[in-house]
Amino acid sequence: MFGAGGGTTSYREVEETDVIFLWGANARENHPIFFHHVLKALHRGAKLFAVDPRRTVSAQWADDWLGLHVGTDIALAHAMARVIIHAGLANEDFIRRATSGYEEYRQEVEQFTLDVAERITGVPAEVIERAALTYARAGRAVICWTLGITEHHNGTDNVFALINLSLLTGHIGRYGSGLSPLRGQNNVQGGGDMGAIPNRLVGFQDWTTDPSVRQRFETAWNTTLKPEYGKNLSEMFEAMDHGEIHAVYAIGENPARSEADQGRAERLIRGLDHLVVQDIFLTQTAELATVVLPASASWCEAEGTVTNSERRVQRVRKALEPPFDARDDMWIIAEIAQRLGYHWGHPTAEETWNELRTLAPIFAGMSYRRLDNEGGLHWPCHDENHPGELFLHSRLWAEPRGGPPAPFHAVKHEMPVEMPDDEYPFQLTTGRRLDSYNTGVQSGGYTSPLRRGESVDMSPEDVARLGFTDGERVRISSRRGSVEAPIRIDRNLRPGLVFMTFHFQDDVRTNLLTIDATDPKSGTAEFKACAVRIDPLGAAVTASIA
Amino acid sequence: MDLHLLAAEPIAEERDAIDRFLGSAAGGWTGGERTSTDHHTASGGHEARDQRYLLLPALRALQARIGWISEGGLNYICERLTIPPADAYGVATFYALLSTTPRPPRVVHVCDDIACRTRGADRLCDELEKSAGQDGWLRSPCLGLCDQAPAAFLTEAGPEPVELLFGGATAASITSVLKGDYAPAKQPHPVLPQKGSQELRLLRRIGVVDPSSFDDYRAHDGYEALAKAALLGPDGVRKEITDARLAGRGGAAFPTGRKWDAVSLQPERERYVIANADESEPGTFKDRVLMEGDPFALVEAMTIAGYATGAERGFIYLRGEYPLARERLQHAIDEARRNGVLGESVHGLGVRFDIELRVGAGAYICGEETAIFNSIEGYRGEPRNKPPFPVEAGLFGKPTVVNNVETLINVLEVLHLGGARYAETGSGISTGPRLFCLSGSVQRPGVYEVAHGTSLRDLIALAGGVAGGRELRAVLLGGAAGGFIRPDEIDMPLTFEATRAAGSTLGSGVVMLFDDQVNLVDILRRIAAFFRDESCGQCVPCRVGTVRQEEALHRILAGKPIGGVATERALLEEIGLAMKDASICGLGQTAYGAVETAMKRLGLFEEASAS
Amino acid sequence: MTALIPIEPLRKSVEISVDSRPVSVPEGSTILDACRRADIEVPTLCYLDTLHPVNVCRVCVVEVEGSRVLVPSCSRKVEPGMVVKTDSERVRHSRKMVLEFLASSVDLSTTPEVAEWLADYAADPERYGPPAPPSAAGERDSHGPGHHHAVEPGFRATVAQPVKLDNDLYIRDYGKCILCYKCVEACGKDAQNTFALTVAGRGFDARISTEFAVLLPDSACVYCGNCIGECPTGAWMFKTEFDRRAAGTWDESAQEVTTTICPYCGVGCSLELHVQDNEIVKVTSPLDHSITSGHLCIKGRFGWKFVQNRGPVRQSEGVDRG
Repeated sequence: MFGAGGGTTSYREVEETDVIFLWGANARENHPIFFHHVLKALHRGAKLFAVDPRRTVSAQWADDWLGLHVGTDIALAHAMARVIIHAGLANEDFIRRATSGYEEYRQEVEQFTLDVAERITGVPAEVIERAALTYARAGRAVICWTLGITEHHNGTDNVFALINLSLLTGHIGRYGSGLSPLRGQNNVQGGGDMGAIPNRLVGFQDWTTDPSVRQRFETAWNTTLKPEYGKNLSEMFEAMDHGEIHAVYAIGENPARSEADQGRAERLIRGLDHLVVQDIFLTQTAELATVVLPASASWCEAEGTVTNSERRVQRVRKALEPPFDARDDMWIIAEIAQRLGYHWGHPTAEETWNELRTLAPIFAGMSYRRLDNEGGLHWPCHDENHPGELFLHSRLWAEPRGGPPAPFHAVKHEMPVEMPDDEYPFQLTTGRRLDSYNTGVQSGGYTSPLRRGESVDMSPEDVARLGFTDGERVRISSRRGSVEAPIRIDRNLRPGLVFMTFHFQDDVRTNLLTIDATDPKSGTAEFKACAVRIDPLGAAVTASIA
Repeated sequence: MDLHLLAAEPIAEERDAIDRFLGSAAGGWTGGERTSTDHHTASGGHEARDQRYLLLPALRALQARIGWISEGGLNYICERLTIPPADAYGVATFYALLSTTPRPPRVVHVCDDIACRTRGADRLCDELEKSAGQDGWLRSPCLGLCDQAPAAFLTEAGPEPVELLFGGATAASITSVLKGDYAPAKQPHPVLPQKGSQELRLLRRIGVVDPSSFDDYRAHDGYEALAKAALLGPDGVRKEITDARLAGRGGAAFPTGRKWDAVSLQPERERYVIANADESEPGTFKDRVLMEGDPFALVEAMTIAGYATGAERGFIYLRGEYPLARERLQHAIDEARRNGVLGESVHGLGVRFDIELRVGAGAYICGEETAIFNSIEGYRGEPRNKPPFPVEAGLFGKPTVVNNVETLINVLEVLHLGGARYAETGSGISTGPRLFCLSGSVQRPGVYEVAHGTSLRDLIALAGGVAGGRELRAVLLGGAAGGFIRPDEIDMPLTFEATRAAGSTLGSGVVMLFDDQVNLVDILRRIAAFFRDESCGQCVPCRVGTVRQEEALHRILAGKPIGGVATERALLEEIGLAMKDASICGLGQTAYGAVETAMKRLGLFEEASAS
Repeated sequence: MTALIPIEPLRKSVEISVDSRPVSVPEGSTILDACRRADIEVPTLCYLDTLHPVNVCRVCVVEVEGSRVLVPSCSRKVEPGMVVKTDSERVRHSRKMVLEFLASSVDLSTTPEVAEWLADYAADPERYGPPAPPSAAGERDSHGPGHHHAVEPGFRATVAQPVKLDNDLYIRDYGKCILCYKCVEACGKDAQNTFALTVAGRGFDARISTEFAVLLPDSACVYCGNCIGECPTGAWMFKTEFDRRAAGTWDESAQEVTTTICPYCGVGCSLELHVQDNEIVKVTSPLDHSITSGHLCIKGRFGWKFVQNRGPVRQSEGVDRG
């Protein structure tokens, strides 16, 4: 956001804010301990709004649940903006000083009257209005989101629509007000921090536009950097499809199961000349590999750091000896480098970290000693005396403003790429459950009394209308594939909407159904919306299945 | 919030019982029909969770209709009120009048507590066990009908639930009630022994006015105190109360004026007045007599209390075993509203004040002033830690006045006479008139009004002395939480100061006589059992101490003391001291009082321990 | 720039006297805080820094001059000039009785420190007679309020009953429950807000319960394990610990505790891995960690087995098809 790849607020601020939006985020199940901080706020009297097509367990805590149609987030956000502007609650002063592009934005949202928004989103006009006014009038307000916002073909635009609301009201860059994307994995944030993204080096530094950055890294690493970005995951698959990529080195990723339109993903992986998989498991992807490098579990069999959703860098430590010949990721990488002719030796995690601190100013102040003693530190942390920043972008409020203005984005509302029709009348949306995790390779290792296996969750109305019963096995088909699963009646779904997870891919390969409609800006696929049909087992499948 | 309900569904009657109390469900998310609006919006936030305070009356409604709280019924309440089922279950299992296992629709609760025991209640229960078996009746702690002992309380669940509290019970009358013949349970409660006496102040309208008539109340000085309050203003009212040195009649004798002043000085504007009508101290029934006979007086007094302290909302917390008082109070509240002296704008005062009647469900501890808050708010009736005190953080965390019924009735008298003149009766903090509940081995049991300072001997004489002219063995003063005194101590003047100086207490005004035929060890064991049964269970000294105390008495009674009676006596002392010193609330702190005074004043277990 | 972060107002310090020693603590501190500052040991059972003090166990009571009864040091706030005695005859007597009451009714064999306290205070739980036979499974769960269940004269009532085993993650041994309310608070408003647990019944029959005492898998329980995390007596226990204790292979002296970060979502919860023989045997979280306050979810608390499982991965392994 505005040049820094991280949430702007901290958990502590969430506890002390007045209004919280969970937008496409089911934190109660997917970020349970973050939700504890939300609960503390609620017990202090804070209001909670939950924007989600399902009335999730998080939404059940909300003062208002805004049960929008899948993929209508921009229409909803724009309608809220229009209410705020027309009520005279736009923070004109902040907009003038700290933002750009407001006029174009104002004109874009003007068409989203409450009537229009109610028609598009399904959410009653008065609820949209209440949400908008409560947000705008709050002393402090935080918007949190996760994959419900980003896993769309226009996920980046969705994020912009939420950022716009914070700029419109000035709920950014102040204690207790901000934007918080909750990270789905323990080191998603850290991966970005460390430069494991195609367009930034460690510390979100762009070597293609900033010559001083490029020079610093080239000097330190005694190498020459090409001034061009790499490819994101979707682009990599595109490149495999076009024969531009022939070899892949996958570290801790299971794309044979985690990619949308799994049939295609698996076909492309199988088509590679060379696949190296470095993982703690023999995953389904590893089974396809030319070489498998067994790695130690980074969180308990190795030393290092991770970064959480509030930009807090914390230490992971070795508690166990890894099994058999599994090795530390850094050791493996250094050995490969050795084979390629680079003699890096085997630096410790701390030595590697200290090198990184000299290259990335936002981590400069974070010695291991401080990380150990202070229970982690929020970046940016510029020197050993800097306490780290709980929240970002106070520069927008500085007089005069620091840095460039924060831009509004006049993004356009677009429905999901594949909408239900007569042939595929249901909208499938996907997500996680409390006790399981992603493709299940980790969470499958323990027995959960809550776990019931995969199911297709449907509204009681749909189940009754189609003459199904709870627990009955059915066939779920999309234009890309077909799977079988039992029905689970869930009254938190409305008619027409069905839900599945992707935790049990050995049994039910949900991602055979999902669509590879990818956001060009983020490379994320539209896991949250595709069209399916549901048939009794044994019935002739009339639809053509690719 | 994210409720997890059990799979059980409510039956139609359960749904109907709750809907009659709460109104129909608004939509699919709260137990009603699912509509298309429900597909896109719902509210499970603060507003939904703030309905918690409706839990106890909802549970009572279910109990009254079905006779027990089933999984389906509890589920439906939880869905309607957004309450986690485990929480609701914790509340339902706190109250003896609620049952979470199936019970027959008709149940008679037979008092076998100390006052009724002096009138054969234990024999009655033995007979019942022989004639009626175990079904359909339960032993009960004191029902507050000690003047008509033995007492019993009938509840019949159904669309038109029946509740009857009746005295003079016999095995035969209870058996016929159990068979559906309610005639023996419908005998009118007897008249006041002092009825019509010109000296009566607090009781002067009892048996004289029509308790259902607002006009008749007006015709007997009703709402004159309110008119005076209007002239005095809130500060003036509080000054009169302070000048009157009116002390609380619930047991603690706290100065009412100080309590009211403390609440009125709080910066928080939302304040409450609670009339503590959870009269459950064994041997106590004065508040029942007041509420049954003069319900408008309590409503008027509470209105004045609200006016004087700046509270706009009041609760009467009435014990569940007083159906007649409930009916008459509710009628009085409705009539007062209809006549403009309660509600949005109280006539003459120009302020808002309204009263809600809350009914308990069988838990002595709910008479503890902070347990009342939890009970009203829909939580288990466990006492809270003090500080903070109720005047700072009471009901719903707001400043709250909690006054006993008798204390509030005295407010009318203070305004009638003026504080200074009121204080001319009595001395020190023992000013004004005082009610006493005479029961046990007494000739004419009942509520008596005398001036503070009257001697116990004169009071007993007023009630006709020991029944049957037998010899007095002991007097229990102040209730089960009070203590025994000897016959040679009855010249003691009945004031807070004099009883305190003598190491005793007026408590809730209980004067229970025991003649020489009563088995005092059995009475002690029953008192110990009462505290064991009524302990909320929160703190260790009370939860386990009351058990160990009862066990020791049981051992002595059964002739199986551990290490001799002297050892048991010493053990009882050690247990008692810890309960008194380390318990959270008054229940544990006084649970040893009767045992201690029986040992130390009456010399119980002394002969045995000498041997 | 670092700015605009509200700073907690400086708290005035309050001077009190504890056992005739002057102690100065910030306003709003409890007597227990003051005792700790003065290095005066005060036993506690129901108190935990991260939970709202319920002050029910009463083992921390102290004498405060001017107070009619003893006061719980864990919740009573200091007031200027307060004179506190922690070792007077009255205090020692009540503590001794509380310990006796507990030890005579509850199995304290896995409660840390309590054996020393019993000895220090010369508590004698046996003087209440021999224990009554344990209740049958589920019997105590059905006790209604207001009607106690007297044991035969000469015996002492206890809460002894069979262990509840109804899931693979943890066990409930209510015979070890001192009713400190910590699990109810941690399951409820103080942390998890699932409210799967309540105190049901009254008096000595009060017990920790689900609604209608249903099994945990039928209840609202989400297996965060915070009840275990807070339980001071081992009434809630990891199944791994329970099994190892039963097999005689539980050895705390051979365990190392390493703090790391949970491998699941991006919240960043600190985990304390208790490792014995290169195996994780239980997982806790530091109370003073500002992200967790000692609380975890099912994945963080129990989801670590994958690093110990040897052999191929099947996600359906953990499916409970019951």
